[in-house]
Amino acid sequence: MYAFNYQNPKSVADAAAALSKGGDAKLLAGGQSLIAAMKLRLSAPTDLIDLGGIKELSGIKVEGNNISIGAMTRHAEVARSKEVQAKIPALASLAGGIGDRMVRNMGTIGGSLAHNDPVADYPAGVLGLNATVHTNKRKIAADDFFKGMFETALAAGEIIVSVSFPVPKRAAYIKFKNPASRYAIVGVLAAETASGVRVAVTGAASSVFRVAAMEKALAAKWSADAVAGISVPADKLNSDLHASAEYRAHLITVMARRAVEAAK
Amino acid sequence: MGDMNSIGVSVKRKEDYRFLTGAGTYTDDVTLPHQSYAAFVRSPHAHAKVKSIRKDKALKAPGVVAIFTGEDLAAAKVGGLPCGWLITDVNAQPMKEPAHPCMAQGKVCHIGDQVAVVIAETYDQARDAAELVEVDYEVLPAVVDVVSALKQGAPVIHDAAPGNSCYVWALGDKGAVDKAMAAAAHVTKLEFVNNRLIPNAIEPRAVNASYARHDESYTLYVANQNPHVERLLMTAFVLGLPEQKVRVIAPDVGGGFGSKIFLYAEDVVLTWASKQVNRPIKWTAERSESFMSDAHGRDHVTTAELALDKDGKFLAMRVRTAAAMGAYLSTFASSVPTILYATLLAGQYTTPAIYAEVTGVFTNTVPVDAYRGAGRPEATYVVERLVETAAREMKLDPAEIRRRNFIKTFPYQTPVALQYDIGDYEATLAEAMKIADVAGFPARRAEAAKRGKKRGLGYSCYIEACGLAPSSIAGALGARAGLFESGEVRVHPTGKVTVFTGSHSHGQGHETTFAQVVASRLGIPVDDVDVVHGDTGRIAFGMGTYGSRSLAVGGTAIVKALDKVVNKGKKIAAHLLEASDTDIEFKDGVFTVAGTDKAVPFGAVALTAYVPHNYPHDKLEPGLNEQAFYDPTNFTFPAGSHICEVEIDPDTGITKVVNFTAVDDFGNIVNPMIVEGQVHGGLTQGIGQALTEGCVYDKESGQLMTGSYLDYCMPRADDVPSYKVGTKVTACTHNPLGVKGCGEAGAIGSPPALINAITDALGIREIEMPATPERVWRAANSNKKA
Amino acid sequence: MKISMTVNGKPVSAEVEARTLLVTFIRENLRLTGTHVGCDTSQCGACTIHLNGRAVKSCNILAMQAEGADIVTIEGLAKADGTLHPMQEAFREHHGLQCGFCTPGMVMSAVDLVKNHPNPSEETIRAELDGNLCRCTGYHNIVKAVKAASAKM
Repeated sequence: MYAFNYQNPKSVADAAAALSKGGDAKLLAGGQSLIAAMKLRLSAPTDLIDLGGIKELSGIKVEGNNISIGAMTRHAEVARSKEVQAKIPALASLAGGIGDRMVRNMGTIGGSLAHNDPVADYPAGVLGLNATVHTNKRKIAADDFFKGMFETALAAGEIIVSVSFPVPKRAAYIKFKNPASRYAIVGVLAAETASGVRVAVTGAASSVFRVAAMEKALAAKWSADAVAGISVPADKLNSDLHASAEYRAHLITVMARRAVEAAK
Repeated sequence: MGDMNSIGVSVKRKEDYRFLTGAGTYTDDVTLPHQSYAAFVRSPHAHAKVKSIRKDKALKAPGVVAIFTGEDLAAAKVGGLPCGWLITDVNAQPMKEPAHPCMAQGKVCHIGDQVAVVIAETYDQARDAAELVEVDYEVLPAVVDVVSALKQGAPVIHDAAPGNSCYVWALGDKGAVDKAMAAAAHVTKLEFVNNRLIPNAIEPRAVNASYARHDESYTLYVANQNPHVERLLMTAFVLGLPEQKVRVIAPDVGGGFGSKIFLYAEDVVLTWASKQVNRPIKWTAERSESFMSDAHGRDHVTTAELALDKDGKFLAMRVRTAAAMGAYLSTFASSVPTILYATLLAGQYTTPAIYAEVTGVFTNTVPVDAYRGAGRPEATYVVERLVETAAREMKLDPAEIRRRNFIKTFPYQTPVALQYDIGDYEATLAEAMKIADVAGFPARRAEAAKRGKKRGLGYSCYIEACGLAPSSIAGALGARAGLFESGEVRVHPTGKVTVFTGSHSHGQGHETTFAQVVASRLGIPVDDVDVVHGDTGRIAFGMGTYGSRSLAVGGTAIVKALDKVVNKGKKIAAHLLEASDTDIEFKDGVFTVAGTDKAVPFGAVALTAYVPHNYPHDKLEPGLNEQAFYDPTNFTFPAGSHICEVEIDPDTGITKVVNFTAVDDFGNIVNPMIVEGQVHGGLTQGIGQALTEGCVYDKESGQLMTGSYLDYCMPRADDVPSYKVGTKVTACTHNPLGVKGCGEAGAIGSPPALINAITDALGIREIEMPATPERVWRAANSNKKA
Repeated sequence: MKISMTVNGKPVSAEVEARTLLVTFIRENLRLTGTHVGCDTSQCGACTIHLNGRAVKSCNILAMQAEGADIVTIEGLAKADGTLHPMQEAFREHHGLQCGFCTPGMVMSAVDLVKNHPNPSEETIRAELDGNLCRCTGYHNIVKAVKAASAKM
């Protein structure tokens, strides 16, 4: 790891101020991706602004028909939350399947979303459940948030404060894990929400995406058979040691079918 | 005295308390006064000329103590790393042995090849400075697989090895095999890859070397399986140091699996450099470095044929293998795909004629050497895939075809040099079939089919040659070392015992098993026996631990020393009891005069040896401290039957190992708990090879694609089942404990059992290892049926 | 930078570089070498410790992130008189360790596992151990040990 300056602000405002001071400053949330990258010297920020001391960023709140999750809330807390389990079990199960138990005890929803790793789980959760990302500056709809591989709509100096999930009628997330890294090779979240049916896929392409054909079929009839015959073209999908694009395309259909079944 | 005889008892391990409380001492835990730290500059290219190395910027970085390159080593006349086994090829020529420099001498030959070492006050400073060393490379075309490396026009890695061939070696009667093949009713032929594996002991390799000016001595802490061999190779062949001036300590070692047998460049460089900087230097591999610098295993491409008569009786076997050596010859690399491979091709069967031809091939990859099983898993894979496939082709039950061909009388001379002393293969297979409930399999398969899943069952009946090795035979086959072992039993005046063994424990539990052997023989509690290993400063000599040899060879050396202790004890007892030596019997810790109630306990005899007031000084020296060396008279031949049952989800290609049964014959068993643990671990590594693990290099760039745990798939707890293990015992006939060895069996027997199960489930003939979900999915959805 | 925390019940503090990992602080500054490092990608779990009562991988956390925290390492698990924690005892009883290198992390992880899943099935144990690699035992006896310990914790 390269050397850097460490800062430990106590409020979002202080963090934003530190972030705008120039240099290549980065926010440190749980650090489960960032520190790993820094250890391999793949990432070399000049300044690290640790959000760990900002109390207002943590916690899970039920607000009407929404569940609001603070950016620094650990995956384990989301997985364990009685409220999340009761209202959006798909989200609790998604959070409970991220990385491993130790990673879940450190990793945060805000960190995961800001990083937008193409093989991460939360992007599928946020996009599939039509969540809204609240920052220190504005609200960003899920459909506008994910911009590409490791790219989001977040502007310089913008900090995720919380994520608000509308409670769906039904939803499930099913993941085919990379056998080595345990990240998603394909993860599909299928949901019937107040704003319609949504099918979000992570792991398969450069960034999370929705499958319109499946959504349309499921809107007509919520059944596994409805998506069984629908496949995503392989030409835009990732291909690597563990899965070819063709295999990923196949898995999207299989995982979608299983997610629909699980979300009965 | 029942609790004194602990042979066959699952005594809890003596070493566990320290490991469970964080009190183990591994090499990286050792920090010495004035400690400095090293980082290696490694090649980012698979094959390149090193045109220049500039270290001026790096030398100015904070905390840097020194930087050395291959040029410095050459100037100091530091030699290259030796290969410990000379293979003579089919034309009676010695194998090609290109230089294996400890740091690049004008050229790098694999990703991770050492180019320079930076020594600094802290690890971070060493790593920071290592990035400032400027190396100018001229990249050369690389070749990473054996088939491409042998093609005409392939990039030549070493001028000393034209065509990248290290040797072409053969064993067996080619004429007899050709004749039998031509006349056979059926020939089964398979072509396959035995996938390259990365050993991945969880403790990365580590070295801490220091030098003492006052007596010109060196101390080397190193994560190693055979400290005396490390010292011998380093002092005699590389550094030219007086052997007695180097103390090698292999403290607690976090797993080896073969990868810590070898003398590595880092060990030599740090030892040499510790004198130059006159400070202790520590280096611990980061896992990424382990991936590109620990010797890898396997990596064969094989064509194999089995000829059978109309009744399924094996007539002949022909095997052609190209085996990767990697970029250089590691310590025992040359022997693994030859001596430890072709000699095992008879398996458990009476195949009368066998011919094997092996080409050792240089590639631009990390050197390949012994990894758990070393040659024997590759041989077992050949035999057991052929046998199972032949059975299916001839519509014979796979168990029945094996029974028809089992060796049933012993000793048995195979056509590939080995003589098996004893075994009962029918019994182990029958027991395995019972435990695995083979009879109930059709019903389980039908039930799975109802759920849309495909079940399959596969067998593997393996044999291995362990207890390496009779030195005279090994020497005749090209070994440049002896393969005996030493043991010393030091009885203290109070009757407590310290045992010094040349074997090394890095997970095997020798501190307990060896103590059980000693305690049982001397009739004293296990707690009264301590075992010391892993230190050339305390142990006379040793060849170390590999090839499942520790109990069979190291244990026997201890038994021989114990015999001397008991014999001397008898003489002391005879004196004390005023009887003749020949009338003294020793049992359950008491010396008695035969046929009388005159007795003296072991403790009293020990005390007398050290307080020799009433003592036969005219005939006997005081003290009770005996040493023995043991050179085995034959290999040992553990054998067993593995049965694997899988369930495949054809939609995803995920294979679940639902049942795995292993019934092994390891000869007599000292500690069943430890033996079972060894089997579990071996099985998991074998399942890893068959299902999850495979080292991949990019064919164009020679880059290591599986360079971390993110891409190299280590088996996790949820990848494997709870195992069903059993044992059958035929005692080894040529060592006093009747033991054979158990460390590698699991990794040897399991891969073909698993692949046989998958091919059975899918009704296909072949699938490449590792049988990843995508490969299985493709196979499940292809029309290529057997 | 100045850092302070409680480790195994004792307050500790030191001056460290910002880039110091928690595991480095534990091993090098505190010389508590029972916590091990087996990889550099946060996969193997040999470095698992408890931070404020939860299992985390200390190789993937900055020491600074643990400022003021309550840390327990493998050295702090047994009682002061040396009596082993039920999880440690179960690993010994069921031969859940061989070379011992993954063991401290495995044990710390397993204690946390049972805390979260008081009566875990074999399937749960295997699934929840996915953050810890062991190359020796094949997990068989680790699973047995965790199951046995869960009955005594």
